[in-house]
Amino acid sequence: MGEALNVSRGGRGGSGPEGSFSWKQFLLKYNIILILMLICLALSIYTNRFLNQENLINITRQVSINGILAVGMTMVVLTGGIDLSVGSLVALSGVVTAVLLRDHHMAIPMVVVVSVLVGLVMGSLNGYFVAYCRAAPFVVTLAMMTAARGMTYVYSKGRPISPLPADFLFLGKGNLWIVPIPVIIFFLTFLLGVLILRHLRIGRYIYAVGGNETAAVVSGINAKRVKLFAYCFSGLLCGLAAIILTARVSAGLPQAGQSYELDAIAATVIGGTSLAGGRGRLWGTLVGALLLGVVNNGLDLMEITSFYQQIVKGVIILGAVLLDSKRHSA
Amino acid sequence: MIPPPGLPGTDETSPGTPSLTPTPTPTPTPAEARESGEPGGSAPPRTPILEMSGICKSFPGVQALDNVDFRLVPGRVHALMGENGAGKSTLMRILAGIDSPDEGTITMDGRRIRLENPRQAIDLGIAMIHQELSPVLEMTVAENLFLGREFLNRAGLIDYKTMRAEAGKLLRYIGVDLDPGRSMRELTVSQMQMVEIAKAVSHRANIIIMDEPTSAITAKEVERLFEIIGRLRSENKCVIYITHKMDEVFAISDEITVFRDGRYIGTYETSSINEMDLIRLMVARDLNEMFPEKTHGHGEVRLKVSNLTRKGVFRDISFEVRAGEILGLAGLVGAGRTEVVESVFGVAPHDSGSVEVDGRPLKGRGTIRSIKKRMGLVTEDRKSSGLVLTMDVQDNIALPSLWKLSNALGLVRRKKARLISREFTESLRIKTAGPNELVRNLSGGNQQKVILAKWLATKPVVMIFDEPTRGIDVGAKSEIYKLIVNMAAEGVAVVLISSEMKEILGMSDRIMVMRQGSCVAFVDRREATQELLLLHATGVGGRQAREQTEEEIVLAKEGLI
Repeated sequence: MGEALNVSRGGRGGSGPEGSFSWKQFLLKYNIILILMLICLALSIYTNRFLNQENLINITRQVSINGILAVGMTMVVLTGGIDLSVGSLVALSGVVTAVLLRDHHMAIPMVVVVSVLVGLVMGSLNGYFVAYCRAAPFVVTLAMMTAARGMTYVYSKGRPISPLPADFLFLGKGNLWIVPIPVIIFFLTFLLGVLILRHLRIGRYIYAVGGNETAAVVSGINAKRVKLFAYCFSGLLCGLAAIILTARVSAGLPQAGQSYELDAIAATVIGGTSLAGGRGRLWGTLVGALLLGVVNNGLDLMEITSFYQQIVKGVIILGAVLLDSKRHSA
Repeated sequence: MIPPPGLPGTDETSPGTPSLTPTPTPTPTPAEARESGEPGGSAPPRTPILEMSGICKSFPGVQALDNVDFRLVPGRVHALMGENGAGKSTLMRILAGIDSPDEGTITMDGRRIRLENPRQAIDLGIAMIHQELSPVLEMTVAENLFLGREFLNRAGLIDYKTMRAEAGKLLRYIGVDLDPGRSMRELTVSQMQMVEIAKAVSHRANIIIMDEPTSAITAKEVERLFEIIGRLRSENKCVIYITHKMDEVFAISDEITVFRDGRYIGTYETSSINEMDLIRLMVARDLNEMFPEKTHGHGEVRLKVSNLTRKGVFRDISFEVRAGEILGLAGLVGAGRTEVVESVFGVAPHDSGSVEVDGRPLKGRGTIRSIKKRMGLVTEDRKSSGLVLTMDVQDNIALPSLWKLSNALGLVRRKKARLISREFTESLRIKTAGPNELVRNLSGGNQQKVILAKWLATKPVVMIFDEPTRGIDVGAKSEIYKLIVNMAAEGVAVVLISSEMKEILGMSDRIMVMRQGSCVAFVDRREATQELLLLHATGVGGRQAREQTEEEIVLAKEGLI
């Protein structure tokens, strides 16, 4: 046996899956959770306003809309795509919701259904162009982002739509016991996402198409339909998030949801999902969304202005991606 | 939920399907199976279950299949033979529903069938082991095995427990000791290939296509595969076996179909044909005609490599190449030949040692210093590293010469670039619609000529060719051989890597043999034979010993990957 052989095999053995427990491996694998915990710990030491029930509930409420969008984003990114239209679709669905409530006095359950349908239909357009016309996801959803924003302004004539019925506002501001309704909706959405990705066939196909599309097609999987599904689901969640947002701000705002897509992508990427597709988990996205929320909250508590907050956020996103690339080269 | 079709072990009652419990009786060897099957009471039916006729298929610039016929008889192992680019894989991709034929009909059991996508082929009982491995690396072994036909429980959710259990049974049946819960990414190449084999077998298909199934597995696993094939044969299934390895063809097949340049040549009983005839049918020309005559002598040393080492990859590589000389690099896959030339050229770093061109050492890193010293490298993979597929012919040819073709401000003299590209397009007879045709649209042979042209344009004194004729047709091959010899005749020092023995033997003046990262021998052209090279490349003589080392090579590859 050559020297080369021994050296390289030895090098691999230490870090191999059958190797003994290694702290380095452990830290690399769960780095995001650990960072989240460290930040929480630091904040609870630094300020006594962080670790109390009210503030923690406040964080989850603030996180819920981005969390819902990030679930859909994770699915799209897992197929190897991206959805930039998320923010605009939230605004469009939100404005439609508000008009139906204020001008047409539609029943609230019906309004919810219509809002979700608006998101679904727009998402299906994204999916159609990406999957069946083989257009680049970045460009298709960029076009949708621009066009949907325009539609929002046309539909609302550029003005906020209010007032809205008090019963509806409960969906954004109300609590069930002490838990805010948006948090409950986010939690259920997250569970639905886990169910789809982990326990339904379509979820496995999402991973397969993103991981190796040729292998998926050769295994008899309709890759186009799988992609269509992911964009539809992302669109649908935009409609859902729009309900919460509209109820929380008590109005349909045409300029709402600006840069929401970037927050959703940030949560997804911080959570360890690869932009190349095929690799990532929904719990990572959950932690990513929470991390962003905790950092925002912490900087608020420390009375750091929002200008600095953006710098910190940028550093965190970059750091998370660097850690992730290190984990996968290790 | 209805279990997905074709799942192993879910339908115990249907006869003639492979049970997943290992059978206690030893599997008959292929020869025994053949004898017991034919004269006995239940002779397999001789009517073909599948017929493909008049199949034509062309890709941009290449007629891959030209009016090809093919038929399959159940209970027989059918080998497909032919050189690279003969059309075997294309025909099988059509049968597996991946490519659609331009013309021709396919009938199964007398009925005409359409194969528009892989799903239809799978549903009709056609499974394929792909030459290029196609696992989803992010998934587990079990998930890969049952991709596209997952087990579901009553609620419609994926039943991971059953999937793991079935995967475990399947792997044991195939004879692989592997935890089905492991991530595919952690597997070695040979383990991945065994998973692919297991996947194809588990479809319980009637027709199983194996495209180079033994390219990455060890001798022991090959034995196991042959046992499985024997069992499939006794269950009256069709196995289509594609390989380049002659000994495997004669060990396992019942009949052989030969293709050449996209045409059907004929189908022969394995027992009625010998190795030499088979090669003649595949190549249909004398090797002496393939390789041009060399009459020129050798001059000064142009390339001198001394004690080149990259830790863990290759070590202490020293050689010299003279003007006009062609040095062949022989060795098994994974011996480190490509890595050596990459370091010589500067694509990859090395830890110690030196490279000299015309007596002057190359300093620093990177490829531009090599190009400025007039060295060129034709890489192994023309699509990923040889060409910029999205650029046109002219820009590709000019690319390594741009530093000469531009002024101090970086402005490119386009007229000169066009002249150069036209000159070499004509002199190499590159078939293209014009200098602005995208290289993507050219055939493999013409793409390879564009690569040669781009290096010729730099007026090289040292040229390195890594597998210069891989995947191109025979006609283009002999043209490329002529070009290489002409270059040498004009005083260029040539290094040639090839995995085709006859190419190394036909082209080289001297041959350096590598094994596991070391240079083990220099052989002169006059004494070189296939056996001698193989002996050096494997380190031991004889076939038995060779199989042992194959296992070592695979181990080495695992370690290096």
